[in-house]
Amino acid sequence: MTVKELCEKCNFTAITLPDGGREINGCYIGDLLSWVMGRAEEGNAWITIMSNINIAAVASLADVSCVILAEGVELEDSVKTTAAEKDINILSSPLPAYETAVKLYESI
Amino acid sequence: MKELSLNILDIAMNSVKAKATKIEIGLTETETSFTMTIRDNGCGMKRDFLATVTDPFSTTRTTRKVGMGIPFLKLAAEQTGGSFSIDSRHESEFPENHGTETTAVFDKTSIDFTPLGDIISTIVTLIQGSPDIRWIFVHTTPKGSAELDTDELKAVLGDVPLDNTEVIMWVRDYLKEAYSDMEYGFR
Repeated sequence: MTVKELCEKCNFTAITLPDGGREINGCYIGDLLSWVMGRAEEGNAWITIMSNINIAAVASLADVSCVILAEGVELEDSVKTTAAEKDINILSSPLPAYETAVKLYESI
Repeated sequence: MKELSLNILDIAMNSVKAKATKIEIGLTETETSFTMTIRDNGCGMKRDFLATVTDPFSTTRTTRKVGMGIPFLKLAAEQTGGSFSIDSRHESEFPENHGTETTAVFDKTSIDFTPLGDIISTIVTLIQGSPDIRWIFVHTTPKGSAELDTDELKAVLGDVPLDNTEVIMWVRDYLKEAYSDMEYGFR
């Protein structure tokens, strides 16, 4: 399933979707960025509640298919702009991380 | 990073890469604050590069020069309500007193304060990895301080190299005792 399809199916909000055709191959959940950087796998959807600019860099380094912000966490405009420039998909889910992951699991 | 000592290791490695011959690691604690300062006499950074080091994208893939260590340390400090600063003098502009100083201030009472972790292993690893550098470590708390200056060690050791296993073991025990004397609670 692609990021765009997931976004529509689960009613997540697309904050940035420059590469909506990217395939999702699994999921990683974590908020400690250095930990995520070493453990999230390429193509994973990464669920987090962190929202600073570093998430865009970690998403890029780990080459995840998208970042899903749980619990309706909001992003500053500067982070949105950078993410869009760097081709990073960021979705927003109103649900906590666990429920977001369950929805994702049921969809892909 | 799960422990501040890993951030310290990472930042100090930048100093090693900058060919510093002297690196000072200062930790100063009050009841509520924790201040970390890492000062070196390495080559320093040019102004335009310095301006980009806290930007995680200046360090990714194509131009990765300093890793994510600085952005992560800045985040760790700021998420406690603390602050972060980095100042550098490049050797081209300051041939006599070049180097870099990185300071992070944490609010220890914040729930998001990352514990210091195994600082003794960090210091030992740094000394063992770069025994030719003069390492000065000072950790001050309200209950006393732990201090180590490898130049003082060298004066006593004479020809025995700093990365000698027994010396390293001694350094580890010395620091352990210093922390035990000041009843330091590692979290």
